[in-house]
Amino acid sequence: MLRHHGVPTQSGDQGDMRLPDAVLIVPGGPTDRDHGAVAEPADDPSVTYVEPAGRPDDLHRHPPDSPWGLMTAEAAISAARQDATTRRRPDSLWLLTVAFLAVVLVQTLLPGVLAARWLQTWMTIFLSVLIQAMPFLVLGVLLSAAIAVFVPAGFFARALPGHPALAVPVAGIAGVVLPGCECASVPVAGALVRRGVSPGAAIAFLLASPAVNPVVLAATAVAFQGNPRMVVARTVASLVTACAMGWLWLRLGRPEWIRLPPRPELAGGSRSVAFWAACRHDLTHAGGLLVVGACAAATLNVAVPRHWLQTLGHSPLIGVLALAAMAVVLSICSEADAFVAASLREFSLTARLAFLVVGPMVDLKLFAMQAGTFGRGFANRFAPATFGLALVVAVVTGAVLL
Amino acid sequence: MQALVLLLIGAAVLRASAGDLYLRYVKPGLRPLLVLGGVLLVVTAAMSLWHDLRSRTDDGAPGGHAHTHGSRVAWLLIAPVLGILLIAPPALGSYAATHDGSVVQVPTVLRPLPAGDPVHLRISDYAGRAAYAHGAGLTGHLIRLTGFVYTDGQGRPYLARMVLTCCAADAGPVKVGLGGQLPAGLTPDTWVEVTGRYDPTTRTDAINGAVIPYLDVTAVRRIATPHDTYE
Repeated sequence: MLRHHGVPTQSGDQGDMRLPDAVLIVPGGPTDRDHGAVAEPADDPSVTYVEPAGRPDDLHRHPPDSPWGLMTAEAAISAARQDATTRRRPDSLWLLTVAFLAVVLVQTLLPGVLAARWLQTWMTIFLSVLIQAMPFLVLGVLLSAAIAVFVPAGFFARALPGHPALAVPVAGIAGVVLPGCECASVPVAGALVRRGVSPGAAIAFLLASPAVNPVVLAATAVAFQGNPRMVVARTVASLVTACAMGWLWLRLGRPEWIRLPPRPELAGGSRSVAFWAACRHDLTHAGGLLVVGACAAATLNVAVPRHWLQTLGHSPLIGVLALAAMAVVLSICSEADAFVAASLREFSLTARLAFLVVGPMVDLKLFAMQAGTFGRGFANRFAPATFGLALVVAVVTGAVLL
Repeated sequence: MQALVLLLIGAAVLRASAGDLYLRYVKPGLRPLLVLGGVLLVVTAAMSLWHDLRSRTDDGAPGGHAHTHGSRVAWLLIAPVLGILLIAPPALGSYAATHDGSVVQVPTVLRPLPAGDPVHLRISDYAGRAAYAHGAGLTGHLIRLTGFVYTDGQGRPYLARMVLTCCAADAGPVKVGLGGQLPAGLTPDTWVEVTGRYDPTTRTDAINGAVIPYLDVTAVRRIATPHDTYE
């Protein structure tokens, strides 16, 4: 059913852990999962094949995971069942064993490699981003699975105002109820779209909830004790950006940009089975993408000399741009970013506001997670637009309020 | 197999939060959430394994197909599992301190110094008073600070401690220059307890322009790395 191109390369060391091009893009492919249309990739000339190096075993034995993966349920089930019973298990266990052995071997034979200070710093930052985000990710995934499985399909359509333009600000303000950080809001927003919430409203929720929730605002108030207006400015700028992005989606967005991965486990079967299957899927999926984001954040944290960014703080305009870029690069949790912003005293308050508004909306780990949840076609357009808009709104808000 | 990955990452999170290991990466206050997250990961793994086994035995129930979903990305989660269980990198130290500017804060309220002789202070307390409050309340006292040693490009010695807000990704160092006579052989990342007096000398941090105050050291004692290395 699936063809693979490229020569399978040798697998079996830690190099296999790199991102195997998680989401392949099918421009203009069918998006309506409910109709279960079969998109046969071979028939579509616009399909981009990206052959990840070094992961031969997964690519061609993985029908349900494929990006076009809107196959009929029967095909998916039979393929996966065959998959599971024949080759998949021994291969995975083998891979896992090899990975463990590789680390142990490197540790014992080449202790100097892992003891390099920059590498240890990299690993510490990488693990700390993951460990810090993991509880919030788990809670967000449980909530999103509960929304996807237990909330009736029409509930949100009734709860939100009927007019999409009105639903956007309501959804944005509703973000206050999710006292987590941005890792939790991505899967929840994905579940909202599956439950029939208009993407514009889901976007407003996605962008607003990490920034306007009570925990984050309290942290901001503590960090900026000398400037209580910062809390107001952050709330206003974040809500305005979130709503503006929602409205922008209603005006310019195209449904085909959002490609929700097929979720056959959500249909049919008992609710308990569907709930745990959804939890497992979201945790492994969003968790894997979080690993990608944490890698990127740790790499830039270690590789980019901090004083490059700091010297930019002297010019007001460049300072705003520099801090916005830094927010994207550092990928700090929204519950902690206020303290980091408070410590960046060379920068103007407006620049620090831009840091606080951009950070929870666009950063490296969020980009990876959004690409995984909504499709890369969406993330590629959404992240730059959000970045630009958040920057403008932060500057204007800063000029008025700070 | 996704269930196995979840089980492993759950076990790794629980392993880290069971001892002091998690303190290398996150704030102590996060522990309850880590335990909860680890338990929920293990429960999710167990529930989906159970459903898998059941659907395999009745052969035909839905759910049996789900376990291959997204598993290419899922394998990436093995990286942190290996990192926590096998490597367990140390807390941030001299490398981070030399590559980041001091995050010394202007003290908002100057509380009276704690009792004691010498007075035990956190490095951030000492640095804040010494750098931005002209050593308010510090003169005339013997001060004791705990931190790790590092040297800058010119070989000047400093005492530093990383300050955490949430996790090590947002950590920044607080630095105090060490004046006076120091014993030889203080290699970077050696943990020491230094005793000394307020020294009005200051230096500007080349990375971010923050003020680095000095301590006139009279005694240095090597100590074991503390459980929680962050302030």
